[in-house]
Amino acid sequence: VLVWWLVAAASSKEAYDSFTGWATSWFGIVIGVGLTWAFFQHTVGGLRHLVMDIGAGFELRTNKFWANLAMVIPIFLTALFWFVIVAVKS
Amino acid sequence: MTMETPIAKVRGLGSARAGAHHWWLERLSSVALLVLFVWLIASILRLPDLSYGTVREWLADPLAAVPMLLLVAVTFWHSKMGLQVIIEDYVHEPGNKAFAITLLGFFVVAGAGLAMFAVLKIAFAATGAAPGPGV
Repeated sequence: VLVWWLVAAASSKEAYDSFTGWATSWFGIVIGVGLTWAFFQHTVGGLRHLVMDIGAGFELRTNKFWANLAMVIPIFLTALFWFVIVAVKS
Repeated sequence: MTMETPIAKVRGLGSARAGAHHWWLERLSSVALLVLFVWLIASILRLPDLSYGTVREWLADPLAAVPMLLLVAVTFWHSKMGLQVIIEDYVHEPGNKAFAITLLGFFVVAGAGLAMFAVLKIAFAATGAAPGPGV
């Protein structure tokens, strides 16, 4: 999607509009929300593992707390991102 | 009882001694990507809209084009390393493994090349460019 977006922007106005036409349709938005959610999930999970790589947070209670939070935060970030795009920008 | 000598058994097996380095580069690129994606998300949310003109004007600025080029390069590099590990772990037949990793390499370089060319094209076609000697 990133490559498509950039190449369309580099090609022509028509190509770009065809991209935005797809991206703002209902299935484009479903895919977009899915991708951003997956992205944030990957990011937060990666951060959690970076912290654990340092050797911190291995106590059972702490580990469980962040493991649960690592499921909640991405949903929150995805909602925030799309809230700004949909509610604030349009 | 096998007729194989111990050295024949070991030959071609075992660590390539590059694993730790690969692992470290994956972490390193993840930290770089953290910074770059915070930049990208902030930029996208700051743009007044995402129309053709706005996006072209934004990417024409070197301060947007350069981070975008880095983001594309590091993203494809990071995903190549991650997917390669999955192939190494789960594709067990050596021929298929080499083929899958080669294919992944081609795919990643093609994707990154396409995206980076697109950014460069926008950046160098910028209207504010200084006229060359022939203009």
